[in-house]
Amino acid sequence: MPGFLKLKQIRGQHLAAVVLFLLGFLLMAVPALAQDVPVTDDDVNAVAKDLFCPVCESTPLDVCPTQACADWRELIRQQLSEGSTPEEVQAYFARQYGDGVLANPPKRGYTLILWALPVVAVVLGGVFFSRYMRNLRVSAADEVDEELEEGVMETAVPAAVKPIAQDDYKSKLEEELRNR
Amino acid sequence: MSDIANRLEQPKKSSRSYLSIAVWVIVLGLLAVLGWGLINSTAPRPEVGEMAPKFDLAFFDGYEWDGKTAASLEDMNGQIVVMNFWASWCVECRVETDELEAAWLKYRDQGVVFVGVAYADVEPNSIEYMEEFAVTFPHAPDLGTRISNDYEITGVPETFIIDQTGEIAYVQIGPISSSTLDQVISQLLADGG
Repeated sequence: MPGFLKLKQIRGQHLAAVVLFLLGFLLMAVPALAQDVPVTDDDVNAVAKDLFCPVCESTPLDVCPTQACADWRELIRQQLSEGSTPEEVQAYFARQYGDGVLANPPKRGYTLILWALPVVAVVLGGVFFSRYMRNLRVSAADEVDEELEEGVMETAVPAAVKPIAQDDYKSKLEEELRNR
Repeated sequence: MSDIANRLEQPKKSSRSYLSIAVWVIVLGLLAVLGWGLINSTAPRPEVGEMAPKFDLAFFDGYEWDGKTAASLEDMNGQIVVMNFWASWCVECRVETDELEAAWLKYRDQGVVFVGVAYADVEPNSIEYMEEFAVTFPHAPDLGTRISNDYEITGVPETFIIDQTGEIAYVQIGPISSSTLDQVISQLLADGG
């Protein structure tokens, strides 16, 4: 019985060693496989178009003919072939060369305002426009009220004047006038 | 009439005025932040006679200064600092690299520090370039292009010579010659800061 247990233990150890070996092999193989990811010029340019040339002002990296941009495109190709995603490549460039190389500013810090500004402008524009329209309506209603009030004073027959406005404010106003 | 009318009107007016204040606060706040950002992004280029902007450098592998793999301008206080912006893709930089190295070897023991800052360069290319020219003075990448932004460089090569007190003593746009380096460094050494 003890001999059987020992044999079982040895077999278990062998099995564990084999599993560890296979795991190790897989771990080594993953980066090697990742390096074989085929990268086309289109793949490189898809990332490069969202980056700016470090030398020429506001020139996208995919169309820039300078040596600096050629080097950067080669770096993009290398990183993509190593399995990096386009987002990871862009994050690397931003870290290494600053946010200024990104065609789309990151949505954080000061640049967040640039993203928020159009939304805020539309909202504020809406608020101002609605206030303007309301003011127009109120001033028009005030003019009508003034005319109505003058008419009431002249005729001194409030009941004869049918209320034009329908809201509570006008009803109360008329009630007060009637009570005078 | 006026009592009731005023009472009815008051809450409407006050809520409107609060809204108006809030809107103006938002608008002015946004404009202030935008203005602050614009002022910062268009900071003037540091000129001769002005204090040099501070910097931190983490040198490329294999390079060090004073036994350290990273250094700041404060660490170099009391020394003349020759800071050269370059890149491996820069053709004109090739003209001056040997002259910078020669000047470094000449003045390194006289209280003069040379630092190379690789601008917008790919690290393996930078290392290849430094090996090609066998440069021995410390070099570092300009991470996030922070240093070149602070110094508002217009391109590469550019060289800033900072005196012992941290003031900019000389700025060279384009390749710097050994005669210029000799002239400026000798003068600063003679003045003693």
